[in-house]
Amino acid sequence: MEGLHRFLATFFDPAMIEAHTLAVLAGVWITLEIGLAVIVAGIGLGLLLACLRTYGRRFFNFFIVCFADIFRALPPLVLILILYFGLPSAGILLSGPMVLFLVLSLTLAAFAEEIFWAGFSAIDKGQWEAGIATGLGFTGTLFHVALPQALRLATPPLVNRVLAITKMTALGSVIGVEEVLSAATTAQSFSGSATPLSLAAIAYLIIFLPVVFLARFLETRQRWGRA
Amino acid sequence: MTNRPMLEIVALEKRFGTNTILKGIDLKVSEGELVFVIGPSGSGKSTMLRCCNRLEEPSGGDIIVNGRNIMSGTTADLNRMRLQVGMVFQGFHLYPHMTVLDNVTLAQRKALKRSRPEADARAMDMLENVGLAHKAKAYPSELSGGQQQRVAIARALALDPKVMLFDEPTSALDPELVGSVLKVMKDLRDKGMTMLVVSHEMGFARETADRVVFMDGGVIVEEGTPDEIFGAPKAERTRAFLARVKN
Amino acid sequence: MQTLLDQFFNISIMIKTMPLMLKGLVMTLKLCAAVILLGLAGGLLVALGNLSPRKWLRLPCIVFTDIFRALPPLVLLIFIYSGLPFAGVEISPFTAVVLAFFLNNSSYYAEVYRAGILSVPKGQLEAARSTGLSKAQALVHVVLPQAVRNVLPDLLSNTIEVVKLTSLASAVSFAELLYSANMARSVTYNASPLVLAALIYLVLLWPLVRLVSRFQRRLAA
Ligand SMILES: Nc1ncnc2c1ncn2[C@@H]1O[C@H](COP(=O)(O)OP(=O)(O)O)[C@@H](O)[C@H]1O
Ligand SMILES: [Mg+2]
Repeated sequence: MEGLHRFLATFFDPAMIEAHTLAVLAGVWITLEIGLAVIVAGIGLGLLLACLRTYGRRFFNFFIVCFADIFRALPPLVLILILYFGLPSAGILLSGPMVLFLVLSLTLAAFAEEIFWAGFSAIDKGQWEAGIATGLGFTGTLFHVALPQALRLATPPLVNRVLAITKMTALGSVIGVEEVLSAATTAQSFSGSATPLSLAAIAYLIIFLPVVFLARFLETRQRWGRA
Repeated sequence: MTNRPMLEIVALEKRFGTNTILKGIDLKVSEGELVFVIGPSGSGKSTMLRCCNRLEEPSGGDIIVNGRNIMSGTTADLNRMRLQVGMVFQGFHLYPHMTVLDNVTLAQRKALKRSRPEADARAMDMLENVGLAHKAKAYPSELSGGQQQRVAIARALALDPKVMLFDEPTSALDPELVGSVLKVMKDLRDKGMTMLVVSHEMGFARETADRVVFMDGGVIVEEGTPDEIFGAPKAERTRAFLARVKN
Repeated sequence: MQTLLDQFFNISIMIKTMPLMLKGLVMTLKLCAAVILLGLAGGLLVALGNLSPRKWLRLPCIVFTDIFRALPPLVLLIFIYSGLPFAGVEISPFTAVVLAFFLNNSSYYAEVYRAGILSVPKGQLEAARSTGLSKAQALVHVVLPQAVRNVLPDLLSNTIEVVKLTSLASAVSFAELLYSANMARSVTYNASPLVLAALIYLVLLWPLVRLVSRFQRRLAA
């Protein structure tokens, strides 16, 4: 009983909850904002690159593959530090949120490109031929025939990747972006209590658990038609 | 059947790398004629059909559809030309993410620029012809192979093609489903469609073909009426092939 | 242009900081070995729990994977490293990092294993049981080898993520590669050490990333 009491007082101190919930909520807002921007930009760019890649121009494809490889191989935190600490001395000033947004959306774009490309590769060649034989042309077939099927195939792995990368908005705390984790660690060092950290953990669970459930739902449902 | 050539294949050649698959094919299909192509596997039948709408790029020769040479012209011309040449594949290739109706209307709307109601009406007519109007709202995965192939035929016909190409349309079907597809093809022929058919259904050829062409090793070995080819083949290779197919 | 080169690709600074970086790299590799092995083992147990017919075993495992898939690893790490001392538990950066990543990775590896086990046809288990193997024997000798082979690309791509993840240890002053690079950066006022770290990560991971793509292409074909 004593132990439980102590645990609650450390991690769920009511006074601390009252004092710091607002600050954490402000962080939630910033996390959501940056997260959504990253999702839109990352998926948009990744999709664009994967579509370009279907045209099979060697010159473009070489750069697309290099881009996707590099941004899949590099830890985002390394890029964040390079941009945040390196660029100013080169005369380019980017704000913390901007650096976070850039790095995460490029990383997501790299993964999304590979996922969409895998989707395109999995489509039967006959689908392209049917579209082209009925006069839709390459671009028409890409948009009306191949893309919808690739999107469908890509959705479950894409949701998993979106989850993994939007979670990385927490890396913003390293370069002073005032998202959830930063708000909580600031509050923690001011108050000398671990409760703000619990608040942050709960906030992340509330934000990301639905995405986890969505990912699980999508994995179990994978068929065309009404079924 | 008239004497006006609807599809002319002139000195067609096709190489894959150093491998010459088609070695100078000449073939004319007149308006309303059904030409039936037989030959051993690997003899280049599919490649010849696929050159007719440039799914495969010919290495030499000309393809003339309804008096227009399709080897010249822009990409836009090519797509317009493809609307005139309907193609039916062995594997159906219906779009799995669309209903039957949308499968039949897609190219009408996007390539022919027909309005949605116009395309729908035309599609329902075509589905009626192949006996599948009641499946318009179904998805391809809910249909049997024979039904899928009939939808694929309706999809091609809805674009009002001048010529229909069939590449082994019944080879992927269970035996009991073959008949329904052949019946649709026979109806089509009776309505005067110009058709170039690659198939192993010799009975169908005897019954409906105006001319039978035997291909082997990338050349046309022999051609004639069904009676000539099946009854009294001249070339040794034709005889050997037919003997093999019969058992 | 010259400032950019000086700031990001200063060769003399790179050479000077190389020993420090190599030390960091060694720590990164040690950390990787620990977290990958623990994650692979923990993930397998959690996956088996996830698929267990016994509800009292299955439920906690599902809650475990969902919670640790939802929590950002850095949040987990900070929570363990700065939170636990408040509860009277002192913890070294290394222990904190290993514990946090163990929890995080186990849940990720568990999902991969689970997909793999589900991809093995039921008949395999039944056939093995019918030849007199115990359930555990059937699992070890028949089901798991096939399961692992089926999800090898995913296991590999998850392992790449784990290696990248270890860079977060720098946030709690654990002296791995990125931490060393960032130290060198703050001493030299130059980003070249960070670029060098990036290059080291690339050398380490690019071949693996290529391999994953190669795998995926083969599966699609
Ligand atoms: N895209 C291709 N690349 C290389 N060779 C091909 C390709 N398509 C077909 N071939 C070759 O062309 C030959 C003829 O093929 P095909 O036209 O499909 O014959 P058929 O339809 O008469 O069975 C075969 O030997 C085949 O291997
Ligand atoms: Mg063929």
